Amino acid sequence: MTQDPEPHLNQVSSKKHTFSEWIEKRFPVFSTFRREYIQFPMPRNLNIWWAFGAVLCVTLLLMLATGIFLALSYTPSAEEAFASIEMIERRVPSGWLLRSLHMAGSNLFLVFLYLHLFRGLYYGSYKNPRELVWLSGLLLMLMVMMTAFAGYILPWGQMSYWAANVVIQAISSIPFIGEGLAHWLMGGSSPSDLTLHRYFVLHFAMAFFIIAVVFIHVICVHVVKSNNPKGIEPKTKEETLPFYPYYVAKDGVVIVGAIILLVLLAFFFPDLLTNSENYTPANPLETPANIAPEWYFLPFYGILQLIPYKFLGLLLSVGSIMVLFAVPWLDRSPIKSANYRPLYRIALFLLVLSFVMLGIVGKYHSHTGLIWLGRLALFYYYAHFLLILPFSARFELKRTLPTSLLDEKGHK
Amino acid sequence: MVKPIKNVSFLFCFLFTCLFIPLISYAQNKPAYKQYPWSFTGIFGNYDLSSVQRGYMVYRKACASCHSVQYMRYADLQQMGLTLDQIDKIAKTDQILDGKDASGKDLYRAATLVDYLPAPYSNQLMAKSVNAGKVPLDFSRYGMGMGQQADYIMAILMGYQNPPADFKPDQEGMVYNQYFPGHQIAMRSPLTKDGVKYADGTPATIEQQAKDVTTFLSWTAHPHLIERHRIGIMVMIYVAFIAILTLLVKRKVWSNVK
Ligand code: HEM
Repeated sequence: MTQDPEPHLNQVSSKKHTFSEWIEKRFPVFSTFRREYIQFPMPRNLNIWWAFGAVLCVTLLLMLATGIFLALSYTPSAEEAFASIEMIERRVPSGWLLRSLHMAGSNLFLVFLYLHLFRGLYYGSYKNPRELVWLSGLLLMLMVMMTAFAGYILPWGQMSYWAANVVIQAISSIPFIGEGLAHWLMGGSSPSDLTLHRYFVLHFAMAFFIIAVVFIHVICVHVVKSNNPKGIEPKTKEETLPFYPYYVAKDGVVIVGAIILLVLLAFFFPDLLTNSENYTPANPLETPANIAPEWYFLPFYGILQLIPYKFLGLLLSVGSIMVLFAVPWLDRSPIKSANYRPLYRIALFLLVLSFVMLGIVGKYHSHTGLIWLGRLALFYYYAHFLLILPFSARFELKRTLPTSLLDEKGHK
Repeated sequence: MVKPIKNVSFLFCFLFTCLFIPLISYAQNKPAYKQYPWSFTGIFGNYDLSSVQRGYMVYRKACASCHSVQYMRYADLQQMGLTLDQIDKIAKTDQILDGKDASGKDLYRAATLVDYLPAPYSNQLMAKSVNAGKVPLDFSRYGMGMGQQADYIMAILMGYQNPPADFKPDQEGMVYNQYFPGHQIAMRSPLTKDGVKYADGTPATIEQQAKDVTTFLSWTAHPHLIERHRIGIMVMIYVAFIAILTLLVKRKVWSNVK
């Protein structure tokens, strides 16, 4: 950095800071922090969509803080799990509060994750040079989903049990290796004490792996710097603002907004997020009338329901996430931001619509009237990535992009 | 610069789409039975603790012979406004299975504060054999689902009237109920007029007992609702204050950016 944008922030008084200097020489945390979180140049035109990364980090910390204390009172055995959750809710001091926050937090985590991912799709944040940011983000999404799924097993209620069962059945449908793989992953051909124990360890351990990958993800962002709504890279210093205080203040507003959502959910509408069926202890002999996963898995569950051949359903369901990994190479358009890609913008809107449609199918899969609408949505979902992304650039009229982030014109 | 307002509205459209799903589900599940104005629904909802206490009395008298509340201990009853002394008195009148004697016979003793509320059957087979093959539900969480579930419980309790003339149970021991799925239920109407005598003098009509026991069931399923709402409102006020502060800070910080 040639010129310091905020000189007053950078004056290290050369007097007594001997201890921090001693550390700094050996392990330059102070200068690194200053470079990456104070002076760090951010595009000056970021909107609210760029705040969700910070919101996700805060949510992750909330999950960790509440989760660790929940684990202190939780017992991971088929015999005791349900009763230990009841004990947390009824007798552990503030246990109900911890659990309420953990549950509301997990739901919001997925909300923010989907919003964060959508931001990337809309503004083309996966394009050169941000491919690794995108890939590490997707890895995070897979890990978060695994953690959320494992967490849902832990209370060992009816839905916990039968959700685990659906996944065992799905894995078992893989030709040749399916049964063995299901046994290996789940500890049996139906969910059991062993499954519960494994998923507790997975749930607990995965949280820390997620933190590690978040570090990789954020380092990647800091190396290539943030994209922005115009999708052009800033070239001059005037087009950027230092992270502190500008984006600290801006992210702060959105973080507090997220906390308001959290408080509303955890204190006033917890029933919105709970399935009362899961407050009946797991019973392997009694299949619930309506097996449904948490809302954030509904689209993937919907795909499973749409395809009569189990294995194909599994492929398409898992594939719907895997195809995202290829997006940086499927999208042939040199323009990043969808603000300058009218065709792609409509396509993306339809993609979101299809995704929601698949979710509705997952929720109401017993309604046969939805099946063809669902298959249409599924077809569009794949067509979007495999046809529209590679070929739409050819049909999009040449647009003049703005030349600078300061340029108010050129914007449609 | 892209107008922030445009983006925020975009975001809301997105969130709104997501809200659509629960809305559809609500519209689909709209129940066909009477809806009561429960005191515990809504964000300021609260339990009428005297009703919860009366409901517990109804439970003991009319339901406890078949239904357990197996995850609750006597001491937890404090949250319905009883003192430990009062609970102790109630507990002493209950007998709890505790171990075996030298010849292997079950031993019973009076319950204490730390005991779980007693279960009516020592195992599921026994429960099934005396209830037309059905196991009576545990009541710890039966009231989950707030108002809608409470209305349903009310409907079942009040739904024994007027069996159609041609009603014939599929199975010995089943009786007619207007609102139970399939209209046949293995539970006979558990409530009778003046079946309990309320200590506070409330007339014990069937509807009154049904309302009280329903309130009790909702309370067992949401044991912290009162505290949750009370703390929630304070937290909300605090966070709203912080929100205003952060907004002001953000405005100030960005005031020099064109
Ligand atoms: C645990 C989950 C995640 C955390 C904590 C996280 C955190 C962050 C943070 C702090 C940033 C920088 C601030 C911002 O641009 O919002 C960021 C940027 C980014 N993230 Fe994530 N992220 C997560 C998951 C994901 C996922 C699932 C994706 C999608 C594949 C993703 C893709 C991206 C991209 C493309 C950027 C750069 C955006 C740009 O500069 O325009 N992240 N992330």
